[in-house]
Amino acid sequence: MLLFLEQLLNGLQFGVMLFLLAAGLTLVFGIMGLINLAHGSLYMLGAFACAAVLALTGSFFLGVLAALAAAAAAGLAVEAIVLRRLYARGHLDQVLATFGLILFFNEAIRIVWGPRPLFLDVPAALAGTVEIIPGAPYPLYRLAIIVAGIGVAAALWWLVQRTRLGMLIRAGAADRDMLSALGIDTRWLFAGVFALGALLAGLAGALAGPLFAVQIGMGENILILTFVVIVIGGIGSIRGAIAGSLLVGMVDTLGRAYLPTALRLVADPATADGVGAALASMLIYLLMAAVLIWRPTGLFPAHA
Amino acid sequence: MHSLKSWLPLAGLALLLAAPPAAYLLGEPYVVSILTRALILGIAAVSLDFILGYGALVSFGHAAFVGAGAYTVGIFAHHAHAGTPVFDGALGLSGSESALVAWPAAILVAALLALIIGSLSLRTRGLYFIMITLAFAQMTYFLFTSLERYGGDDGLILWQRSQLPGIHTANPVHFYYLCLGLLIVFVVVLRRAVDARFGRVLRGAAENERRMHALGFPVYRYRLTAFVIAGAGAGLAGALLANQDTFVSPELLNWRHSGELMIMVILGGLGTLYGPVLGAIALILLEEILSAWTEHWMIILGPVLILVVLFARRGLYGWLRASGKIRRG
Repeated sequence: MLLFLEQLLNGLQFGVMLFLLAAGLTLVFGIMGLINLAHGSLYMLGAFACAAVLALTGSFFLGVLAALAAAAAAGLAVEAIVLRRLYARGHLDQVLATFGLILFFNEAIRIVWGPRPLFLDVPAALAGTVEIIPGAPYPLYRLAIIVAGIGVAAALWWLVQRTRLGMLIRAGAADRDMLSALGIDTRWLFAGVFALGALLAGLAGALAGPLFAVQIGMGENILILTFVVIVIGGIGSIRGAIAGSLLVGMVDTLGRAYLPTALRLVADPATADGVGAALASMLIYLLMAAVLIWRPTGLFPAHA
Repeated sequence: MHSLKSWLPLAGLALLLAAPPAAYLLGEPYVVSILTRALILGIAAVSLDFILGYGALVSFGHAAFVGAGAYTVGIFAHHAHAGTPVFDGALGLSGSESALVAWPAAILVAALLALIIGSLSLRTRGLYFIMITLAFAQMTYFLFTSLERYGGDDGLILWQRSQLPGIHTANPVHFYYLCLGLLIVFVVVLRRAVDARFGRVLRGAAENERRMHALGFPVYRYRLTAFVIAGAGAGLAGALLANQDTFVSPELLNWRHSGELMIMVILGGLGTLYGPVLGAIALILLEEILSAWTEHWMIILGPVLILVVLFARRGLYGWLRASGKIRRG
């Protein structure tokens, strides 16, 4: 039971990481109609910037700031140079051009940092465990990620629902052309939204550093998971991104933890472990298929 | 105009036919295996163009079908070598190194996979379709990495190429012409399908799905059929690729390869069937040239891609046709 609660927290933590990426991706799609494969590259850039500044200064906090700055700056540059020209294009062009961006970013990072993965220590202030559940010490760092993620989700909700910028974002998602016809300079709005998404991706990258290896291509696997998240949640919807992230985070974590054990009830241990592990890595895709059969536009579809 | 249309592919064909002797005369025989690879990927790119260029179905998981075809050949060869059946039980199917058994099986397996993935994915539109085909391909990737029996992450080595009566598949020149022959047959078949009613319905549905529905066409079934044909073609390419490398691994199903196939289609010319072959050759040669020049060649390829997408929408084939038209006045 204690182990199960711990796994639930792990699932929540993974879900929060996915949300940080999914929020930016879904906002950018909802408002600009842009599918950005290079979103994972911004995540990777954040992780590397954090690692570099951490090695230089010894401060994880400064590392996170550097990650935010690097991701936002790269995001703004990419938006201004390439992506702005793609808003009016079809999805195929967007996919291919941002695929080109991935190749560029991966190689640029390989040139600057070399091909070897970096491993970060958990910052000293967040090392150790807390007994949030009596009898089951839980890593403080993972808990901090959960808290940070919930904070970001709340701030995002406030931004979108309660501010003038949020009003413009919602209006842009509903009808882009009408918004610019009303005299809003959509260029700045689009750049701002894109920078916001990049910022969140950079934050996710920095936070992921101490958990996973910081390496080239780290953004691509999580990007595909993020796609699954926003497809399940409904593309363009923040609510959908929250629901999808939590669902995918939980199902993936719990599946990996319990499927092999569950299969041992019906098969011999070796087969159960093999099939269980395979099934666990396929589980979220099966979940996605099931959701789509039931609701082809996701759980919380944004306006058509 | 009509004469020009048929003139360009024929000129390309003549060049491809003459390439191996020319390569040997120039003392650069390894070019043949590079071109073989380009032809094989050309088959996969043409099959993608069939749904992408004519059906406007942006499938981002085409590598899954290539991988499924390649693995089928690998698994058949593995069992033939070990002398064990592919399936246990009543339906005992023995392994085989014969191309006449393994390659049709590869096409069938890829087509079946396309039927499953397509029947689910085609319920969705636009961006959802892109992401879902990508996700299903990723799922297939994980499926193959989990096949411990067939090498898991490390993949399978084929001890020899598939056997075909009358053709010496181990000989690079024989194998080149075999791949070229299969490519030609495939392009001709798809050309006929595209020019027939089937292709018109597919294109009509891409233009205006609702209208095709109103006209009484079962759009979903047409699209699914096209998707399965494209999957089968990619499966054939996979079978050939397994033979070319005498090695299969989950890396074949990496999502980057799906992206590369899309690039070949765009680079060569979307919705032309001949263009993607040109695109495959151009991309493979570009990779060869750039990687000989610098180890960091992708930092050049990435921006080149972006420029192609932004400024050269017609692709190489469209560009060749246009310049031919101008020259003829």
